[in-house]
Amino acid sequence: MKLVNARTGWSLLLLLALAFPFMAGNDYHLTVMSTAYIYAIATVGLNLITGYTGQFNLAHSGFMAVGAYTVGILTVDHGVPFWAAFALSGFVSAFIGFFVGLVSLRLKTHFFSIFTLCVGYIMFLLIEKWESLTHGTVGIVGIPAPESIGPLDFSEPRTQYYMVLFFLVASLWIMHRIVHSLLGRTFVAIRNGDELAQALGIDLMRNKLLAFMLSVFFSGMAGGLYAGYVRFLGPGVAGVEHTFDMTMYMLVGGIGTLSGPLLGAIAVPWLTQYLQFLQEYRFVVFGPVLVLLVIFLPHGIVGTWLNRQRRKAAQSAITPTPAPRLAAVPREKGARHA
Amino acid sequence: MLEIESLSKRFGGLTAVNDVSASFARGTINAIIGPNGAGKTTFFNLVSGTIRPTSGRVLFDGRDVTGLRADQAARLGMARTFQTTALFDTATVLDNLIVGHRLRTRSTLVDVILGTRRLRDEERICREKARAALDFVGLSHLEARVAGDISQEERKRVAFALALSTDPTLLLLDEPAGGVNPEETDGLAQLIRKMAKSGLTVCLIEHKMDMIMNLADRILVLNYGEKIAEGTPAEIRANPAVIEAYLGTEYA
Amino acid sequence: MELFLQQVLNGLTLGGVYSLVALGLTLVYGILHVPNFAHGAFYMAGAYSAFFLINRMGLNYWWGMAGAAVTVALISVLSERLVFHPLRKAPYLHHMIASIGILLFLEAGAQALWGADFHRMDTPYTQIVELGSLTLPAQRLLIIGAAFGLVVLLQLFLKKTVTGATIIAMAQNREGAALVGIDANRVAMLTFAIAGALAGMAAVLYAPINLVYTSMGHLVITKAFVIIVLGGMGSVPGAIVGGLIIGFAEAFGAFYISTDYKDIIAFALLVLILSVRPQGLFARGAH
Repeated sequence: MKLVNARTGWSLLLLLALAFPFMAGNDYHLTVMSTAYIYAIATVGLNLITGYTGQFNLAHSGFMAVGAYTVGILTVDHGVPFWAAFALSGFVSAFIGFFVGLVSLRLKTHFFSIFTLCVGYIMFLLIEKWESLTHGTVGIVGIPAPESIGPLDFSEPRTQYYMVLFFLVASLWIMHRIVHSLLGRTFVAIRNGDELAQALGIDLMRNKLLAFMLSVFFSGMAGGLYAGYVRFLGPGVAGVEHTFDMTMYMLVGGIGTLSGPLLGAIAVPWLTQYLQFLQEYRFVVFGPVLVLLVIFLPHGIVGTWLNRQRRKAAQSAITPTPAPRLAAVPREKGARHA
Repeated sequence: MLEIESLSKRFGGLTAVNDVSASFARGTINAIIGPNGAGKTTFFNLVSGTIRPTSGRVLFDGRDVTGLRADQAARLGMARTFQTTALFDTATVLDNLIVGHRLRTRSTLVDVILGTRRLRDEERICREKARAALDFVGLSHLEARVAGDISQEERKRVAFALALSTDPTLLLLDEPAGGVNPEETDGLAQLIRKMAKSGLTVCLIEHKMDMIMNLADRILVLNYGEKIAEGTPAEIRANPAVIEAYLGTEYA
Repeated sequence: MELFLQQVLNGLTLGGVYSLVALGLTLVYGILHVPNFAHGAFYMAGAYSAFFLINRMGLNYWWGMAGAAVTVALISVLSERLVFHPLRKAPYLHHMIASIGILLFLEAGAQALWGADFHRMDTPYTQIVELGSLTLPAQRLLIIGAAFGLVVLLQLFLKKTVTGATIIAMAQNREGAALVGIDANRVAMLTFAIAGALAGMAAVLYAPINLVYTSMGHLVITKAFVIIVLGGMGSVPGAIVGGLIIGFAEAFGAFYISTDYKDIIAFALLVLILSVRPQGLFARGAH
């Protein structure tokens, strides 16, 4: 994919995002979009460990809850200012992620998923039962809005939207750096095959752990934003159904691409909005859609499109085969042209 | 350059490799042959660090590397290919190769996020190494082709290129000519000789006798996990124990 | 003493239910080599089918259970044919996602049909049996008896019939079984059917004590996973023993430690054991 195309594509998206509040009908639309952005950040994080590194982490929403509750507990119970608490949210998640990863990443892929499923449950149950810390099922109410920075008043929906957008853009930018670097290539090599990656000198545990911690950092940060945006929390934030939602977004958009999860995280909630009657039963539709996608379009919309682009580029870039230097037999395969 | 001392591997009650010793000189092409199930790939796995030996030692350039992890062995200069060539099928051939040189780079997460000079330099070097390796195996023209679209023989060459981009001193090739027709096999054999000429030590597992006999400097024969013969192709061809082990197979 | 025996009874009850669910899961794992996350939804579907047949159609308990077994077996086989079979060459990630898709669909479907409320399932076995100073609710005795009976039946089927042997063969080595002429498709469908039926029946046994609701499969299935990971994926004895262990651990844990945190016990056990032994308790050789 030519660099010019990529840059213009992203710039266009950014412009649209910046202009959105002026195009949106009302505050409700802003809410839908802002919430979508928050989950997009978490989904992009999930994509790093699942899409790029090949480990399906089912505790992802648990880590988002960790970040959310970090903010909630610190601000409401201990009077810590939002921005300070928020700065910590990603790191607290990554800290817990370190220990979870250390134990779980030694496990083979589906053991890893089962293990993380259980970890996610433990997180949910702990949040629900540990009332002295998390307020249990009552949840944390009345989280203060982020403190104003200069003239920016974050209790106002439009400013909140831009705040969330800012962090989304920052997250995407960092993720873009990671994914297109040697580090990103290392993750992909691991996903491609543990054995081959090791034979290429890649330290599996170290890199998997790094990917895991990075991914839950994003999730925790998204959770912190969620706390500051929605302003109340319940154990439901840690529910595994949110991880399933994010899996859906990744799959629709394209696992293992950068824009795929973003696209999915924005398109799917909006679709659900339009199919309002589906809200409660959205999975009656989404369940089979997930299955069909996985069978017929496993690379998602963006992924399939990218693959097609790459094939086309390869066809048009074919240089004529030089006379083979080694073997004496001419191969007809080399003479194939678009 | 590579010394194997009494290497053994037991899986529970099964002895896959039993007390095998061998010595491989620098710049030579060494073949490891034997009937199916003789323990050849297990032997490779023991040397390259994919599995740990039960007993014995592996000395690489005089250094004891027994029981090192595969990635540590790779960093010391041991590269290997596998029977099934796993490539990233939806990426281009060049894209597949760039990560090969990663082990020689030192960039960290901080470099990545800040986009430092070091990262850019190292990525450039990796790309150059990838191109050089691809050129060495004669496939420069396939650089932009999607990896899933190339032929089996080309895949084997790309696998070689991947191993070469790690800047190794020793190459362990597991069935490098698997699934490839006789003319292409000749081409691969020439490529392997070219690698040895450039200073690399090569060990390969193969079943294609004509290829081995013409290519190898020395041959090691395994059967039921034990070494039954070792020597030049001429010696091996005349060795009664080897002939007996192969009796009944279609290889002359 | 009576309290202790009471907990033993509870342990056997829970253990019986968990074993049945885990058995189905472990048999299917042998075929798929991927944990089927939809198994929990099969469990739930069994309960709802029986609920529909018993409470809404007025059938008696046993007909309800039979109906549930057949319905879930059907759903299970359909899943295998329509979803898992097309994916047999795909990477594991896709299997896992697809099974999640099935899970979500079934749960949402149940909710669409019967609402999100909790439902009671009627059973004719509401009496309490008094044995000395022990109170033994008849339903619990029924669960233990039925679970035990089903396990024995299953073992007989697997060990003594040719079809059963083919299932075991495929569960242990799919390629090898195909090489000796075993029809992989038929065996896969049969295994899924059995697994589904077991899960459905387990749900019908347990529901009268526990209520019927759309997420009833969640905790059960996660614990079933713990069981098969600990007991060995693909191992029938492992599923049975594992189920009993978890059942007892929960019963005693709930009583002697805390009812609030009892659900964590199974997960904590898993986390503990896998931390120390990443290959599970009963590491089966190369598969």
